[in-house]
Amino acid sequence: MRQVIHIFNKEFKAYFVSPIAYIVISVFLIVTGWFFFTTFFLYNQATLRNFFALLPTIFSFVVPAVTMRLFSEELNVGSYETLLTLPVTFQDVILGKFLAAVVFVAAMLIPTLAYPVAISFLGQLDWGPVLGGYVGALLLGAAFSAIGLFASSLTRNQIIAFILSMAICFSLTLIDNMLFFLPQPVLSLMQYMGTNFHFQNISKGILDSRDILYFLSISFVGLYGAHLALQEKN
Amino acid sequence: MIHIENLTKYYGDVCAVDQINFDIHKGEILGLLGPNGAGKTTTLRMLTGFIRPTSGSIRVKDYTIDEYDLEIKKLLGYLPESAPLYHDMLVYDYLDFVANIRGFERNKKLPRIHRLADLCGLSDVMHKSIGEISKGFKQRVGLAHAMMSDPEILVLDEPTSGLDPNQIAEIRGIIRQIGKKKTVILSTHILSEAEATCDRIVIINQGKIVADGSAENLKRSAGGKYLINISLQNADSDSVKRELEPIDGIIGIEPIEEGEILNVKLTCLSSADLRRDIYNKIKQTDWVLLELHRETKTLEKIFRELTKEN
Repeated sequence: MRQVIHIFNKEFKAYFVSPIAYIVISVFLIVTGWFFFTTFFLYNQATLRNFFALLPTIFSFVVPAVTMRLFSEELNVGSYETLLTLPVTFQDVILGKFLAAVVFVAAMLIPTLAYPVAISFLGQLDWGPVLGGYVGALLLGAAFSAIGLFASSLTRNQIIAFILSMAICFSLTLIDNMLFFLPQPVLSLMQYMGTNFHFQNISKGILDSRDILYFLSISFVGLYGAHLALQEKN
Repeated sequence: MIHIENLTKYYGDVCAVDQINFDIHKGEILGLLGPNGAGKTTTLRMLTGFIRPTSGSIRVKDYTIDEYDLEIKKLLGYLPESAPLYHDMLVYDYLDFVANIRGFERNKKLPRIHRLADLCGLSDVMHKSIGEISKGFKQRVGLAHAMMSDPEILVLDEPTSGLDPNQIAEIRGIIRQIGKKKTVILSTHILSEAEATCDRIVIINQGKIVADGSAENLKRSAGGKYLINISLQNADSDSVKRELEPIDGIIGIEPIEEGEILNVKLTCLSSADLRRDIYNKIKQTDWVLLELHRETKTLEKIFRELTKEN
């Protein structure tokens, strides 16, 4: 566990040394701010539901950009070898990097707390769904980070890692809108696979254990996939 | 200290390391020598637990690599080829990270980093990012990384590649200094380096060990033949051939005339030292002996012979 923390520290610091962190956070804030507030006043309701509804789509672009370098860069430079011959295990490395990505996503969400605060001055804001939404956003960020980490462990090219994880995250998000084309028997299964289905529940303020379990399983599958990919490299 | 038995590694169908056996003793500086692609790096990577052998076993002290790779990693310090490091980290931050991973306590970390910085000559670049410093300095950061925990076994993959002669001399000095107390394994394809730094040399070619021993032993044992060069005045090739041919053990005479001086190359069997016989023979004639010199086979020749065959 100690090794996980050291690796987490190093990775988290690395985000803020390079310009990537600042670019990703700015892009995220601009895009969410723009899409959310262009329609916000039309509804005339003091709610963040539309903001949370945006997150799965926006996260499928932003989170892969956060995670793409985690393993690809190491594989490319070769520092992976120096790291893994230190007394650490695969689990230490994967968990450390995963936590760094999740905490970075959390750091990205912090500035958006200004939205509920600002809205609470405009009308009666119900803080329950807001809290639920943020918990859901973190779970979503974690699930997408795990997918991104997996994609990054497959290739030494960061761009391929980005596109691959974006494709996976985006498909998971879009499944919900594609159900129309699917045959009846697989409908409920495919719906269950989609992130939107689970995330919309959470963003309404309903914390259902099934939805939480869904995001945790996606994270686990992603991390386990990364573990297998790294093991395969030996 | 380290026991390697039937170590084999296949990359797909390609056999990189083929049934290697050797032991490394405590306090030895072992040089792993071989042409490019011989399997040096693969062997070292298996030893450090970075890649898994296809078959065979590695034992370090009482630990086998399959079950106790974490324990072995704690005993080892490893500098991979061309020192791949995090380019966006500062040298100090990197060494601090390594010290943390190596489990240093807070108050012991700084003195250790300072000591390594002195030893490896890093004090002037501590505040620079690793991507900015020269190759020589990167190599030294890698060396500091490997030595952080004062490991019992130091594994260095081509520690002097790409350095200038001064830096090479410095790094060799550091290695020899460490080698007094620790076990060092280094790979190289520079022969003079192996000869200058190592107690023992293992030559690998195409994944197999082709020679194992000290530089002296290797020179002595290889070939079975040696050369004696003599320079004579007042002699001609025919009479030299006639006079020297009867000596037992000479199997080739090759005279080369250079103006007044006659240089003769004698190929001798290494079973006996023939210098005395040759001198006695020359004494009986009226030739003037200018030079008599026994040529020991250089390591380079042995290396080329052993690794060229296929």
